[in-house]
Amino acid sequence: MLTRFHSKKRPQLLLGLGMGIVFGFLLQKGGLTNYDVIIGQLLLDDFTVVKVMLTAVLIGMPGVYLLKTLGLGQLHPKPGSFGTSVIGGLIFGVGFGTLGYCPGTLAGAVGQGYLSALVGGVMGILIGAGLFAAMYPKLEGAILRKGDFGQLTLPQLFKVHDWAVVIPSGIVLVALLVWMEKAGF
Amino acid sequence: MEWLSMKQWSPYVVGAGIGVLSWFTFLLSDKPIGCSTAFARTSGMIERFFRGRKVMEKPYYKEFPPTVDWEWMLVLGIAIGSFVSAQLSGEFYLRWVPGTWAVAFGHDPSLRVIVALAGGMLMGFGARWAGGCTSGHGISGTLQLSVSSWLAALCFFIGGIVTASLIFRILVA
Repeated sequence: MLTRFHSKKRPQLLLGLGMGIVFGFLLQKGGLTNYDVIIGQLLLDDFTVVKVMLTAVLIGMPGVYLLKTLGLGQLHPKPGSFGTSVIGGLIFGVGFGTLGYCPGTLAGAVGQGYLSALVGGVMGILIGAGLFAAMYPKLEGAILRKGDFGQLTLPQLFKVHDWAVVIPSGIVLVALLVWMEKAGF
Repeated sequence: MEWLSMKQWSPYVVGAGIGVLSWFTFLLSDKPIGCSTAFARTSGMIERFFRGRKVMEKPYYKEFPPTVDWEWMLVLGIAIGSFVSAQLSGEFYLRWVPGTWAVAFGHDPSLRVIVALAGGMLMGFGARWAGGCTSGHGISGTLQLSVSSWLAALCFFIGGIVTASLIFRILVA
């Protein structure tokens, strides 16, 4: 691993900016910074968002696992619990459907000139995140730890070799994408 | 270089591009792509500006210090990258109300801003509760085959589909 390079602060900040520019460029070209496309997905009229996400997983997954296998990278699975992933996920989803962007595409929508994304959306996220930080000590003990499973990946859950999940998952994703295209989604 | 000024690329090209980008974030920065922590840090920075150093004592900000980090720069980059892409295809212009919203609820910016504010608050709160967003869980987490991320991503879409359907299929009809 490029451990020494990872700890160089300024080059890393610049790299983060550069990678963000590429990410934002791709999101905009994919139409994902567009409210209409995201709402179209949530109304199940337009499957652009799901196609982009599944393709990103299909391509990203084997590469990242190869980096891990070769010792050039390590995974960072987020720790979780039923309390965080399910309840937090559903609250996020209600916000997602109401706002019509997610945090990343919201930044992209601001860059594309949507003033309601800036004045409404960004302000809202900042307030929501601040409220969470204020309530965090109370929530942590009460709900967030419920059903805690920590940093768990599917290969660990099934107690099998990484590639025994990566390869079948890749095949399933290809089949799913081909089927979606043929079925006219 | 005509492809740079195209209005929209194939979702498969865009998805593959994001997948390849994630290889490089892991290799060069030892980081998955994610966005929502940057908003939490910014919120902390603003609170610190008004309330001073004691904000740093909050347990949440001890875990996620309100400072500019790699991910914060990534989110700034997204806005810039989107601006460049939109500018190249002539899609950049200032506007208040998106098309689908205008068809259903009219062109009044104040209604859209109020709803966006409410949605943003729920999303910011939920993203930190779930420990990630559509990028951190939905793309980076799922491609690492993380259990928490597959569960969260599923719930993002369940919540989103139900809410969008309530707003556009029931409220409007």
